Amino acid sequence: MDDAPHTPLRSADEREVVIRVRGLEVGFGERTIMKGLDLDVYRGEILGFVGASGTGKSVLTRAILGLVPKRAGTIEVFGEDLDGLNPASRRAIERRWGVLFQHGALFSSLTVKQNVQVPMREYLDMSDRLLEELAMLKIEMVGLSPDAADKYPSDLSGGMIKRAALARALALDPEIVFLDEPTSGLDPIGAGDFDDLIATLQKTLGLTVFMVTHDLDSLHSVCDRIAALGEGRIIASGTIEDMLASDHPWVKAYFHGKRARAVMAE
Amino acid sequence: MNSGPAITVEEHGGDVLLVVSGRWTAPHAAEVERLAAMILEATRGGGSVRIDLAAVERLDTLGAWVLDRTRHELGDRGQPADFVGARPEHQTLLDEIAYRGFQEPTRVKTSRVVDFLADVGRAVVDAGKDFVRGVSFLGEVMVALFAVLINPRRFRFPALVHQLEFIAFRGVPIIALISFLVGAIVAQQGIFQLQRFGATPFVVDLIGILVLRELAVLLTSIMIAGRSGSAFTAEIGSMKMREEVDALRVMGLDPVQVLIVPRILALIVSLPLLTFLSMMSALLGGGLVSWFYGGISPEIFLARLQGAIALSTFLVGIIKAPFMALVIGLIASLEGLAVQGSAESLGRQVTSSVVKSIFMVIVVDGLFAMFFAAINY
Repeated sequence: MDDAPHTPLRSADEREVVIRVRGLEVGFGERTIMKGLDLDVYRGEILGFVGASGTGKSVLTRAILGLVPKRAGTIEVFGEDLDGLNPASRRAIERRWGVLFQHGALFSSLTVKQNVQVPMREYLDMSDRLLEELAMLKIEMVGLSPDAADKYPSDLSGGMIKRAALARALALDPEIVFLDEPTSGLDPIGAGDFDDLIATLQKTLGLTVFMVTHDLDSLHSVCDRIAALGEGRIIASGTIEDMLASDHPWVKAYFHGKRARAVMAE
Repeated sequence: MNSGPAITVEEHGGDVLLVVSGRWTAPHAAEVERLAAMILEATRGGGSVRIDLAAVERLDTLGAWVLDRTRHELGDRGQPADFVGARPEHQTLLDEIAYRGFQEPTRVKTSRVVDFLADVGRAVVDAGKDFVRGVSFLGEVMVALFAVLINPRRFRFPALVHQLEFIAFRGVPIIALISFLVGAIVAQQGIFQLQRFGATPFVVDLIGILVLRELAVLLTSIMIAGRSGSAFTAEIGSMKMREEVDALRVMGLDPVQVLIVPRILALIVSLPLLTFLSMMSALLGGGLVSWFYGGISPEIFLARLQGAIALSTFLVGIIKAPFMALVIGLIASLEGLAVQGSAESLGRQVTSSVVKSIFMVIVVDGLFAMFFAAINY
């Protein structure tokens, strides 16, 4: 079931949905952050997720990951309802996704290499040699130099932390990666490199990428599809052309603003 | 469909054709490794090797890495090996991964004796540095205190009140409780042991002198080192970790003045108050046990207590309190500022803060005992 090779996706009926969210409601105390939210993520696509600050992009990500309780609605990942799972099947699902947190969330008392090895040691049965080689491989794949492997997170720059965290997110060869603002805090060249990296990895590993971002360049260059969150639901979704054609005032302001025009003009 | 990795070996006139099939993925890591070793074994002595990947169901970085590594190892052995029939997406992955040897991390050889000596030396040097740092930090705190005295408007009064509430007010129940219990235990043991000599009434002297001179201030200091000293270290340490201390500094605010002076002052005010509370509570505990267990009525207890202790007994105890407060505050702040980037270092500094404070409290108490004995107080 998880063996479908990565093929270009055409119409909505043919695509395999890996994440299906229906009627999601999330709130804290008296405040309702989102209500009646529907979202589909298709296999093999890079979905860019935009929304004004405070509209709950991160909350939605965390709700899908099960870190924030939901009040109503269903979340299906790989066709299985996350509510109905026993702990073992839930862990099996968790092995198939990787998460890059906004601030990296590397374990500060472990080196970069040990960070990458944490999930491998936990879930995979392999020799020490292979463990070592694979960790180094992932570290090189995300564009870190080998001598970064033995450094602690506190000795790394912001960009290196993001790369190291991506290496950890990819440690188990996941099918879905969640990226929470992967390019925020990077310089434009670093951000561009990171976008290329994500695109390359997506192609070679057949990843499905769920990316929360504010970076118009990323949206434009790597995302197959974009979804905009506002008023507690998805206000628009589709390709960049669909977004440009949208009538919603916020989407219009976002994609026709001064900054957006500069990106589009390139 | 859920098939593990598999290989079949066919020989064609000296050349070997390996047909690889199934899933070469991370969940099958052990099997993948075993098969790779088997490939090396089975093709030993043969000619060139062709590895047919057409039947591979699924390939991930682990599988690709091991396959490519095996291919290289065959090549190194003088058996040229090639992949054939790989699906395009598998070929992309293989190209992306491109096996290369990673250098084994070089381990520096060391001898155990030298390591041990080096550790001892380092510990001694660190202890010396700790002492120097402590003294220089005391100087910094004093400078900050005088700066506040000269310009009282810069003093953070709300911070002081806030700290007083946490250290003194919220510390009252636990200090009162443990002091009461320790007083009661000392009284019970005193009565029990002194009975044999028929000297039960002397338990009042025992409790009075022991509690006022030593026990109350020690108990309170140790409790506060554990309760508030650890909190200071953790607070200041996590502020250091998140660069909040640096933020203060670049705003032209002195972290010592903003964070540390109010805390140390609050400790210096709180500790004598709590010590007094501890004395009263321990005497109450001792008195109650003497009454119910030793049959010494409260009137007799108070009368004997008046004879047993003088004002100096009380003063010896209470004078020590602010010094203990200073020691605890300095150590806690210093350890907090020594926190590095990692969560582990925060834990280590908090532990070392509590251990060092309690140790120093006892050392200082010993110094005071020698001092008071020398001046006959």
